[in-house]
Amino acid sequence: MKAKNQRLTLALLAVLAIIAAALLALSALKDQAAYFYTPSDVARDHVEPGTAVRLGGMVEKGSLKRLPDGVTISFVVTDNAASVPVRFKGIVPALFREGSGVVADGKFDSAGRFAADTILAKHDERYMPPEVAGAMHKSESLKK
Amino acid sequence: MIAEAGLAALWLGAALCALQLVAAAFAVVGKAELAGIVRPVAIAQAALTALAFGLLIWLFVKVDLSVALVFENDSSEKPFLYRFAATWGNHEGSMLMWVAILGVAGAAVALFERKLEERTLLATLGGQAVIGLGFYAFLLFASNPFARLYPVPPEGKGLNPLLQDPGLAFHPPTLYLGYVGLSVAFSFAIGALVTRDVGPAFARAMRPWVLGAWIFLTLGITAGSYWAYYELGWGGWWFWDPVENASLMPWLAATALLHSVTVLATRDGLRAWTLMLAVIAFSMSMVGTFLVRSGILTSVHAFAVDPRRGTFLLVLLFLYIGGALALFGARVGTVREGARFDPVSREAGLVANNLLLSAILGIVLVGTLYPLVLEASTGTKISVGPPYFDAAAGPLALIMVVIMAAGPLLRWRRDNLTPLLKRIAPATILALVVLIAVKLAAPGTSLLSLLGLALAAGLALASVAPLWRRNLLRTPLFVWGMVVAHLGIAVSLAGMACDSSFTVEKLVAARVGETVSIGPYAVTLDAIDPTFGPGWQALQATLLARRGDGDTLTLQPQARTYWAPPTDTSETAIHTAIDGQLYTVLGKQAADGRWQLRLWWKPFVTLIWAGGALVAIGGALALAGRLWRGRRKPAEAWA
Repeated sequence: MKAKNQRLTLALLAVLAIIAAALLALSALKDQAAYFYTPSDVARDHVEPGTAVRLGGMVEKGSLKRLPDGVTISFVVTDNAASVPVRFKGIVPALFREGSGVVADGKFDSAGRFAADTILAKHDERYMPPEVAGAMHKSESLKK
Repeated sequence: MIAEAGLAALWLGAALCALQLVAAAFAVVGKAELAGIVRPVAIAQAALTALAFGLLIWLFVKVDLSVALVFENDSSEKPFLYRFAATWGNHEGSMLMWVAILGVAGAAVALFERKLEERTLLATLGGQAVIGLGFYAFLLFASNPFARLYPVPPEGKGLNPLLQDPGLAFHPPTLYLGYVGLSVAFSFAIGALVTRDVGPAFARAMRPWVLGAWIFLTLGITAGSYWAYYELGWGGWWFWDPVENASLMPWLAATALLHSVTVLATRDGLRAWTLMLAVIAFSMSMVGTFLVRSGILTSVHAFAVDPRRGTFLLVLLFLYIGGALALFGARVGTVREGARFDPVSREAGLVANNLLLSAILGIVLVGTLYPLVLEASTGTKISVGPPYFDAAAGPLALIMVVIMAAGPLLRWRRDNLTPLLKRIAPATILALVVLIAVKLAAPGTSLLSLLGLALAAGLALASVAPLWRRNLLRTPLFVWGMVVAHLGIAVSLAGMACDSSFTVEKLVAARVGETVSIGPYAVTLDAIDPTFGPGWQALQATLLARRGDGDTLTLQPQARTYWAPPTDTSETAIHTAIDGQLYTVLGKQAADGRWQLRLWWKPFVTLIWAGGALVAIGGALALAGRLWRGRRKPAEAWA
C-alpha cells in the first residue's frame, strides 16, 4: 500500500468509527435519556408506564407518610397546579422535607403512581439542584 | 497587605506572560534579539503565580476574614488541614491553582526541556503564554481571589462539609496537575505546527510531559472515585456525573495520545493524528474546566453561579480550541505523513486503540453536552445517566480490552495473524475458562459483567506475556511500565465486574439489638449515641459485624450535622476485608423508633482503585525508564 492510500484508509476508518460511535450514542440517547416533568406536564402529557423520567416539584404539606416497613415513604409532589403521588424506598437526603423542593428519578407504574429510585433535595443552604430551583421558581410564579 | 501583594504578583505575572508571548513570537519569526529572555521570563512568571497562590494559602491558614473569599469559605474553628485545603475548595482559589500550575508547567518546560529543537521550544513557550494570558484575564477580571471585604466580619462561613475530608488536600491538586499538565502537550503541538517540526525527536521530547500529566490524571480520577464512594454514602464509585465525565474525557484523550506519540517516536507514523490528539486532550481539559467552573452545572464542584464567568470561559474555550484547530487545518498539509505499516502490526493495534478511545470519548462528550445544548436551545430538560453510558460505552470498552491484550504481543511494522493467535492462545483459553466457570457458578451474572470478568482474566495473562522468556532484570523499565499499567486495567475491570454483579444490598429498619445478615456478615445494631467533633455533632450507630466464627468488628456510621455552614451529611463506615468491603450507612429514625440502616457487601470492590493505582505506577515506571534511558543514550531511536 502506498503512503497516500494508507493515509486515506486510516482517515476512512476513523470516519467510520466516528459514525458508528455517533449512531450508538444517538440510539442509546433515544432509549436512555430521562426527560424532566413537572406534575402539570404529567397531567397534560401521557407518560408511558415504565419509562425513566425525572419528576420535579414541591413536597406537598401533610402528604409525607412513613410506611410500616420503616424504610419506605410516600408523599405527593405538587407544583400547585397538579400533583403526583410518589413512593420511595431508601434513605432520603437530609434536607428532604414537606414544603421544600424535590427531584425524583424513577418510573410510573400502571396505576399512575410514581416509583422513585433516587431523590435529590437541597443539599445545604447554598446548594440546590438546578431542577429543584427551577421547579420551585415555576410553582412560585404560578401562585401569583 | 498580603492580599494586595498577592494581587500585585498576579498582575505582574500577567504582564510577564504577555512579554513571554511577544518575545517568543519575535524569536519564532526570526528576530532573535528577544529569544534569550523567553526562558527566564517563563520562570519568573511561574514564580510570581506560585507566590500569589502561596499567599492565598497563607491567608486561608491564618483565616484573614478581611478577604471576601476567606470569609466565604474558611472558618477559624476548622482544623489546619481544612483551612489549608479550603484555599482551593472554592471557585477563585481553584482557578488561581489552575493558573499557578499552568505557569509552573511552562517554567518546567523552560528549565528541563533539552531535547526539543530551540525554535519549536520557543514556539511552545509562546503557546503556553497564550493560554496563560486568557486565564490570567479570567482571574483578574472575573474571579479575583484577593478581593477585600469591609467591614471585617467576626467569623467565616466555613467550608462545604462534603469537602471537609482529607481527600480535598489530595484529589483537586492531583487532578489539576493532570488537567493543566496537558497544556504542555497542547503547546508542544502548537509549537510543532508553527515550526513544522514533527518527527520522532519531537515525539520523544513530548512523551515524558504527556506521561507525567497522564499519571496525575489517573491518580486524581482514582482518588476522586474513592472519595465519592465513601463520602456520598450511595455505595457507587462512578455516577457518570458531568463533573466526573469532565475528568474522564481528558484522560481518554491523553491515553490515546500516549499511545500515538509512541508510534511517532518509534516508527515516525501518525504525525498529524498525534498533533490532533494533543490539541484535543487539552481542549477536553478546558471543556471540563468550563463545565465545572462556569456554574452551568450545580454540584459540590460548582461553587458559585455567575453568568459572566460562564460566558468568559466559553469565549476562552472557543478562542483556544478554534484557534488551535484553525492552525492545525492550515498547517497539517505541510506535515508529511511518516512511515507505513501493515494491517497486522503494533502500529495497527495502536491505531485501533486510538479509534476506540476516541469513540468512547465522543460518546461521553455527547452524553455530557447533549442535555446542556438541548436545554439551552429548546428548554427541554433531560438527564442522561448510567443507562446511556453503560449501554453506549460499555461494549466499546470491552472491545478495547481485547485489542489491549493483543497489541503488546504484536511486532512493529509487520506481523502475521497465525503467530499472534499462537501467542495470545493461553490468554484466550483462560478467558474462556473463566467465562464458563462464572456462568456455571453464578448463572444470573449480566452479560456485560460476565464478559468483563472473562476479559479481565485474559487481559491479566496477556499483559504479563511480554515478559515471557525475558531476562526480567534486563527488561527495560518502560516495558515494565506497560505491563503494570495494562495489568492495572485488568485488575480494575475485574473489580468493576464483581461490584456490579455480586454486590448484596440491604435496606432495613432495625431496633437496637437487632441482627441483620448481609453477605458473609451478621451485623448487629448495638447502640445509637450522640457524638461531636470540630464543627459538627452527630448521631452515631455502633454496629457489631461478625463473619462466621471470626472476630467481632465495630463499625460506626454517623449522621452528622454541621453548623458552619448548616448542613447534614452521612458518614459511612467501611470495613475492608481481603475479599471485599462491608459498607454501612445510618439513615433516619422511623416513626416507631427503629433506625434505617443501609448495608452493602461488595466483593472485590477495592480492586477498582487498586487497579487505578497500578495504572499510575505503570505510568511512573515508564516515565522513569524514559528519562533514565534518555539521559544515557540521547540518540536512541529504539523503544
